[in-house]
Amino acid sequence: MKQLKAFIKKEFYHIFRDRLTTAILLLLPIMMLILVGYAITTEVRNTELAIFDPSKDAATLAIINKLESSGYFNVTRYLDSPDEIEHVFREGKTGLAVVFSERFYENLMHTGQAQVQLLADGADPNHAITVTNYATTIIASYQQELLKASVTGVPYQISPEVKLLYNPQMKGAYNFVPGVMGMILMLICAMMTSVSIAREKELGTMELLLVSPMKPIYIILSKVVPYFFLSIINLTTILLLSVYLLKVPIAGSLFWLIILALLFIFVSLALGLLISSMVEKQLVALLISGMALMMPVVFLSGMLFPVENMPWLLRMISEIIPAKWFIMGVRKIMIKGLSYPSITKELLVLGSMAVVLIAVSLKKFKIRLE
Amino acid sequence: MNPVTVKNISRKFGKLEALKEISFEANQGEIFGIIGPDGAGKTTLFRILTTLLLADTGEAAVDGFDIVRDYKQIRKRIGYMPGRFSLYQDLTVEENLSVFATVFETTVEKNYDLIKDIYQQIEPFKNRRAGALSGGMKQKLALCCALIHKPSVLFLDEPTTGVDPISRKDLWDMLIRLKKENITILVSTPYMDEAGLCDRIALIQEGRFLKIDTPAELTRKFDKILWAVQSNAMSKLLADLRNHEKVQTCFAFGETHHITMDDSSLTIIELQKYLSRLGHTDIEIRPIVASVEDCFMNLTAKESEK
Amino acid sequence: MNVITAENLTKSFGSFTAVDHISFEVAQGEIFGFLGANGAGKTTAIRMLCGLSKPTSGKGYVAGFDIRKQPEQIKANIGYLSQKFALYEDLKVWENIRLYAGIYGIPEKKIGDRIDEILTRLGFENEKEVLVKALPLGWKQKLSFSVAIVHEPRIVFLDEPTSGVDPATRRQFWELIYDAADRGITVFVTTHYMDEAEYCNRVSIMVDGKIQALDTPKNLKKQFEAGNMDEVFHQLARKARLNGD
Repeated sequence: MKQLKAFIKKEFYHIFRDRLTTAILLLLPIMMLILVGYAITTEVRNTELAIFDPSKDAATLAIINKLESSGYFNVTRYLDSPDEIEHVFREGKTGLAVVFSERFYENLMHTGQAQVQLLADGADPNHAITVTNYATTIIASYQQELLKASVTGVPYQISPEVKLLYNPQMKGAYNFVPGVMGMILMLICAMMTSVSIAREKELGTMELLLVSPMKPIYIILSKVVPYFFLSIINLTTILLLSVYLLKVPIAGSLFWLIILALLFIFVSLALGLLISSMVEKQLVALLISGMALMMPVVFLSGMLFPVENMPWLLRMISEIIPAKWFIMGVRKIMIKGLSYPSITKELLVLGSMAVVLIAVSLKKFKIRLE
Repeated sequence: MNPVTVKNISRKFGKLEALKEISFEANQGEIFGIIGPDGAGKTTLFRILTTLLLADTGEAAVDGFDIVRDYKQIRKRIGYMPGRFSLYQDLTVEENLSVFATVFETTVEKNYDLIKDIYQQIEPFKNRRAGALSGGMKQKLALCCALIHKPSVLFLDEPTTGVDPISRKDLWDMLIRLKKENITILVSTPYMDEAGLCDRIALIQEGRFLKIDTPAELTRKFDKILWAVQSNAMSKLLADLRNHEKVQTCFAFGETHHITMDDSSLTIIELQKYLSRLGHTDIEIRPIVASVEDCFMNLTAKESEK
Repeated sequence: MNVITAENLTKSFGSFTAVDHISFEVAQGEIFGFLGANGAGKTTAIRMLCGLSKPTSGKGYVAGFDIRKQPEQIKANIGYLSQKFALYEDLKVWENIRLYAGIYGIPEKKIGDRIDEILTRLGFENEKEVLVKALPLGWKQKLSFSVAIVHEPRIVFLDEPTSGVDPATRRQFWELIYDAADRGITVFVTTHYMDEAEYCNRVSIMVDGKIQALDTPKNLKKQFEAGNMDEVFHQLARKARLNGD
């Protein structure tokens, strides 16, 4: 035990004496979250508008006018049929399509109700949400004007129906929080663990440690424990930031969220160990953990792109990516407010991944140089 | 039983035969030197004996324990200093020492007596990071770390390479002192003057031991005529001596060149005449006694002809 | 004619003076041994002479150029070799020579001849197409040296070129140095092998940033009543003991 304690202490010296690494490890999550939370939400101006207006009456013309004079929108297309919507979006210039129902003003006056559909390109959810919000507000203000002018006191109601093309679930900016969590934890645990073991090999200190009574398990634990603690710190930072700064609440159980995160951390640490048992150089460790771990996390975990729409092969690959399961679980807890029984599958998958990976990496740890 | 016994150890890396049928024994409290060019197999031999690599064939025991079966026992009992500096550069002198003390389940205090002489030389810098030490001090620290658990056998792979002559002497003074503690030392070195300080030396070339002997015996058995020659134009002299048909080998040795001949048919006078005819002045020729370096040069002359 | 002149050359790092007012001259075609314990200031001095680091005070001229103002001209007129090889392991022998010939600005037309010349001098004619990583260490070292002087510089600086090399290879290396000196290239060399100090025309011994002795090996031995250079070195460098390496 004394050996282990001394060794963990030594590992912390390595981390904290390298100021740059320490700064990166502790500041990276903060930077990423702020980037995702704010930088992506940009002011929307001069969005190109496509309009389908079968009514062409006083109300629709007034709304179009209002939209255009707001400065946010430019009407560039009038469509002849709703079927053209798909086509104009594919051209990529149009940011929002407004589809009025037939006999809009008439309906509004007689029934007090009229429908308007707002369609936005959901591939960029931030942008889509912003433009639809603006349009909705503008339409609502027209409705206010109508109400004021009304002598009869009929409660006119225009119901804008918002529809996002390509991203029907409306994954907004805050939905990135689980993704960022998965990425940061994977980065700290897997990358740093594998690099720090590779460094001992590169410097030749591993040679000295092997020729000593030090138990291999102690060498491994001493590498894993410091990064485990760092991940906990990062996890805390991420959660605090997302709740207090990005206003993303933890809708479900904090307890289960932590259990899920711990499992994922174990999996990541074991992956780091596994990589380090295969490589001799820090650079190779860095590349492998960068390419083989981070890339799939970014592209296949559902963090940026919906996995459901991917080809069969990529979907299969995504099944074995731990981050996918972690992100799914976190979404369920944080966003949907679900708790234990509904994340059983995620817990089981991550749990078994952890057990298998830890077993393999322990077995693969070399007691000799080759 | 001797602390190190090696029987017919061979090891290949792919096609390259790094070690071929190496056998030797090192006695208790002996400094056993392994001398040879780079790539001769010294490091591979050290790694096999320190249980870091497995041999293809042959067997060996260190401190009575089999190097394959009892590797855990061996790892408790030996000290090892690899060829390149292998300490934590970002830890201080003191921290490195205490880390290695802990690794070997001991404390700095417990065996301080053993390392005191050499540690005192680096103690003024104990709060300096190991990476900022000069070459000599690094090696002294590495030796302290290798000794901290009072090993019974010490393996030192080129401990003095790149170290200045003063620190080299300090390190060797230390090794000679360790002998008195009955610690067996296996050391490799490219410095021939250090070979003379070993109790016995093995000359290794291309994975094979050419000879194992005491330095005194090795030089006594030198069976050729050896002369030291010098003149005013040493560079030209080298070529001129090599061109002489009776001169077998000719090597630069500091301010003189050493030449060997098989028989005594050439006299000093004759050689002197030959050289002055070629324009040399201040010619001095005298017979000398062979050094370890002369033996090494002659044993390896054939292979290094290229 | 002197190709290196140092006048009170000094380099300080904060309160620590690594090189302390050293003055010396090296003549064309001379083999000049620059000795000192680890940390005596040799590397710092060499860096200044190569134009890689500016002196805190003092003057220095290398190949007729001011080390303070004309580092670029100096770099074009010197060769440099340290313990670490500058060779590319995954290139062939001739490709390495070609590469450095290009780097040092040898005209395209002459490069072919220069490659053949070097291969002949080294006796590497049959190894022309061999990858450098397949060469034994001693051969690499010889090739590195030839590459460092591929542009026939006026001076070549060698920083512990034979560290860790076996006696046989070291000798072959020194024969190349002799050869270069015969062609008029000045050789400025540091070493920890005191027997190699005896190959030099003159040696200086640096202790704690100062040059404590400078003469031919013969005169130094006489002056210090020593049998060999090792003893001379020990007498001088022991003084540095208490101040650390």
